Amino acid sequence: MYDKTVRRRRAVLGLLVAGSLILLTAYFGESAGGALHGVQRGTTEVLNPIQEGASVALKPVRDLFGWFGDTLDAKGKVQKLAAERDQLRAELARQENATYENARMAKLLQTRGTLDLEQYGPKTGRVTFASPTVWYATIRVNKGSGDGVRVGMPVMNELALIGRVTEVFRGAAQVTLLTDTNASRPSAGISARAGKRNVFGVLEPLGAGNPNDLVLNQVAPGAKLEPGDRVVTRGTVSDPTLPSLYPSGLPIGEITRIDRDGTDTEEIHVRPYANMKDLDFVSILTRPQAGET
Amino acid sequence: MTPAAKLAARLTALAIVGVIVQTAAVAQLPIGGASADLSPLMVMAVGLLCGSLAGGCFGFGVGLLVDVVSIQTLGVSSLALLGVGYLAGRLREARDPEGTLVPLAAGAIATLAFSVGFALMQFLLGAAAPVSWALVRQTLATLVVNALIALPVYALVRRWLLAALPEERRRRRRRTYTTGGLSPLSRS
Repeated sequence: MYDKTVRRRRAVLGLLVAGSLILLTAYFGESAGGALHGVQRGTTEVLNPIQEGASVALKPVRDLFGWFGDTLDAKGKVQKLAAERDQLRAELARQENATYENARMAKLLQTRGTLDLEQYGPKTGRVTFASPTVWYATIRVNKGSGDGVRVGMPVMNELALIGRVTEVFRGAAQVTLLTDTNASRPSAGISARAGKRNVFGVLEPLGAGNPNDLVLNQVAPGAKLEPGDRVVTRGTVSDPTLPSLYPSGLPIGEITRIDRDGTDTEEIHVRPYANMKDLDFVSILTRPQAGET
Repeated sequence: MTPAAKLAARLTALAIVGVIVQTAAVAQLPIGGASADLSPLMVMAVGLLCGSLAGGCFGFGVGLLVDVVSIQTLGVSSLALLGVGYLAGRLREARDPEGTLVPLAAGAIATLAFSVGFALMQFLLGAAAPVSWALVRQTLATLVVNALIALPVYALVRRWLLAALPEERRRRRRRTYTTGGLSPLSRS
């Protein structure tokens, strides 16, 4: 009886391990339109409304946790207001959240005007999910194919470019951030120009766990760049037959340091303007080529 | 409904609700630069309560669900959580630890094992990731947060599964050390 149980246990373990490895190999080897990706997309289509509902339902819990975080940061101030705290706690959390969201939204709209983004058909979406691991720099937004969102569209927050749409569902879209390094996704280097002399290069993520560091590669030798130089998207400039995913001139970040400056192995580090860990509202540019024609 | 079917139904519901709560709420609550990750804690709790067979199967299922919902490479979380569930179950079958703080220690070890296993598989799959201080810091922060919530998560899982657990598991008693044990599923 004991041997039979042990054999059964080991057999199930072996089967599950084999199942995992088969899934992993098949998923990693197939294209984005493959069967497993299809199953994943289908399941996400089904679960997405539930997730969105749960996200809305659990928002008060998140707000409550956020309130505790703010409280810890402002302990001194809170102590002075301790007597009023119980009475005002719920009201304060609601009002703070509304004010915060309004400010972010207003800034997003202001950025649209400043950068003349209206021509690119921006759609404002709310971030409903952020990947919990450091290995996948992805977020999900509550705008999907029904809103005109398609794969490859650039996405901005109120400060700068943050990434591009990589999966689209009916009512949601998956956005891969600039800092994503996942090996199962194709490399998404961004053609960029930097500094006052408009030096061209390709902006790429440095590695997982570095949400505030990008590297500007393929820069011409002898390019005069220095810390503080702004980096923006290059857009379609020289070759209109091969349009860029990103319109020209979208802000990305600024150069923070240059390692081994002047050598063949120099590494130009760029800090994105956008905080990839703090995204609430984003703009998806649904007509990214509008400014190129 | 047989006891095994009842347990399987409760485990399925736990996996679905747990993953939805994780993605819809817990993952969006940064604490100290990292978010808690309920999946290794749930799997650890099920392994400790139900044994290696149920722990392994539950880990595989939760991992698959996490990979599907998060649009990650299928099979990575399944493999890592399968190991966590199986080992937690073996701990219960071989040692049956009774200390109050066992779930806390087991939760921390489960989170560490899951993080390391997940990272190793990402490296094997070719992720371009230098082992930076930021990466280590985020892993440690998740470990600490998970250790802090391991006890309540274990208590909730135990409460949810209690009615479906075999009788001897509900009345805790110390057992002598054995080199192997039987899963409650196999005995029911």
